[in-house]
Amino acid sequence: MLSHPRFYWGEVGNDLTKPLFRIPVPSSRRLVPTGYSYVLPDANGWGRYLHFQTAWILILTGLLYFIWGLFSGHFRKNLFPRGADFSWRGLWSAIAKNLRFERPGEADAWSYNVLQRITYLFVIFALFPLIIWTGLAMSPAFVSVFPATVNVLGGQQSARTLHFFVSIALLLFVLVHVVMVFRAGFISRMRAMITGRVAAQKRRT
Amino acid sequence: MSEFTRRKIITTGFATVAGAVGLGVAARLAQKYGLVPPDHGGIFGVGETLTYASQRLLTRHSLAREFSRSQISKPPFPNEVEPFTNEFKRLQAGKFADWRLKIDGMVARPGTYSLDQLRSFPPHSQITMLQCEEGWSYIAEWIGVPLSRVLEDAGALPQAKYVFYFSFEPDTWESIDMADALHPQTFLTYGMNGADLPVGHGGPLRLRLPRQMGYKSVKFITHLTVTDSPKGFGKGIGGASPEGGYAWYAGI
Repeated sequence: MLSHPRFYWGEVGNDLTKPLFRIPVPSSRRLVPTGYSYVLPDANGWGRYLHFQTAWILILTGLLYFIWGLFSGHFRKNLFPRGADFSWRGLWSAIAKNLRFERPGEADAWSYNVLQRITYLFVIFALFPLIIWTGLAMSPAFVSVFPATVNVLGGQQSARTLHFFVSIALLLFVLVHVVMVFRAGFISRMRAMITGRVAAQKRRT
Repeated sequence: MSEFTRRKIITTGFATVAGAVGLGVAARLAQKYGLVPPDHGGIFGVGETLTYASQRLLTRHSLAREFSRSQISKPPFPNEVEPFTNEFKRLQAGKFADWRLKIDGMVARPGTYSLDQLRSFPPHSQITMLQCEEGWSYIAEWIGVPLSRVLEDAGALPQAKYVFYFSFEPDTWESIDMADALHPQTFLTYGMNGADLPVGHGGPLRLRLPRQMGYKSVKFITHLTVTDSPKGFGKGIGGASPEGGYAWYAGI
């Protein structure tokens, strides 16, 4: 992003074409018209290596999680909204609780509320598939085999722009997620996340 | 802690050993079938090898997207080039009549080609996108001779695994594997959009590799070397880009 903080729609975009929007930051390349005279150091080499290695970690762990979630019933039991969640009243009460910044009670440690369920489903089944898809749609080698993956998005620069927006959405999710974990009690929640059991033992005693 | 039973520890241990052995076998097979890139070392080598291996299996015969004439970018965006040396200016003044492409290494008939000799091969053209790793792109018509045709003419030997290509610009050189070197869209390009290739785009001769990022499409090509190993070329990791910290395989 820093080497070319301009975003386009369609197939192509460069300094000679009109951007959809620009990010008002200096660039790590001298010739990009940013309005700044300052040129940032180039971090694209190792940044790209890191990005694509991390993408593999995401794909492989994501695949394991997806298969496990499907077969263990995790998605169906824990993430898909429950019967009662489908009423406006249930939804409204969850929203109101959140807006009042109520600290989650003991019962909330046991299952996800409807807002959590909807958000997690959205992140797992919309944002992550989209970030992978828009990323692959920028690969000239990948789209040489599956050209439809970029054509339906409107072009390679459209894929780049969408990739940027989805990455911002994922970043926002992580930030809010971490804030909520702190509010609910950082240590107990981290324990529960890692072992999946500590909370259960506590309850039995 | 009851969660960490002996059985669990033993199972985990076995799984780890099986995983390590599996990885070892996979690495051996990948090496055998040419699925390991020259820059496979270091902490990012695993991701790089996974990308190269999977794309090499997936894309061996696929063609980069081609566009219609109406999608050609007007004007095409010329990226920054180094200031031209006096030697280059002299060649340019002579309309590049003295420009030579040298071919050596594992070829039956090493030698040199002038631009006219390259133009005497049946010309091919492609309307493809040049995509820079920085984020920008443009579409142009590229006219030239497929590299495979020139390699055939020079008699590349069957044991060849890589083609290294060198620019007139000092310290500018890259390499590709034979799957890319023999790919029908890999061109030695001397024309663009119906005219000679402008010097701002790497004229008189640019290697065009539309299934990889722009930095592999090296400008001002003067020298090709066919080889079976990246060793002996710089640090042995396949080109100036990997030596500068950029991935050797740039199909992403």
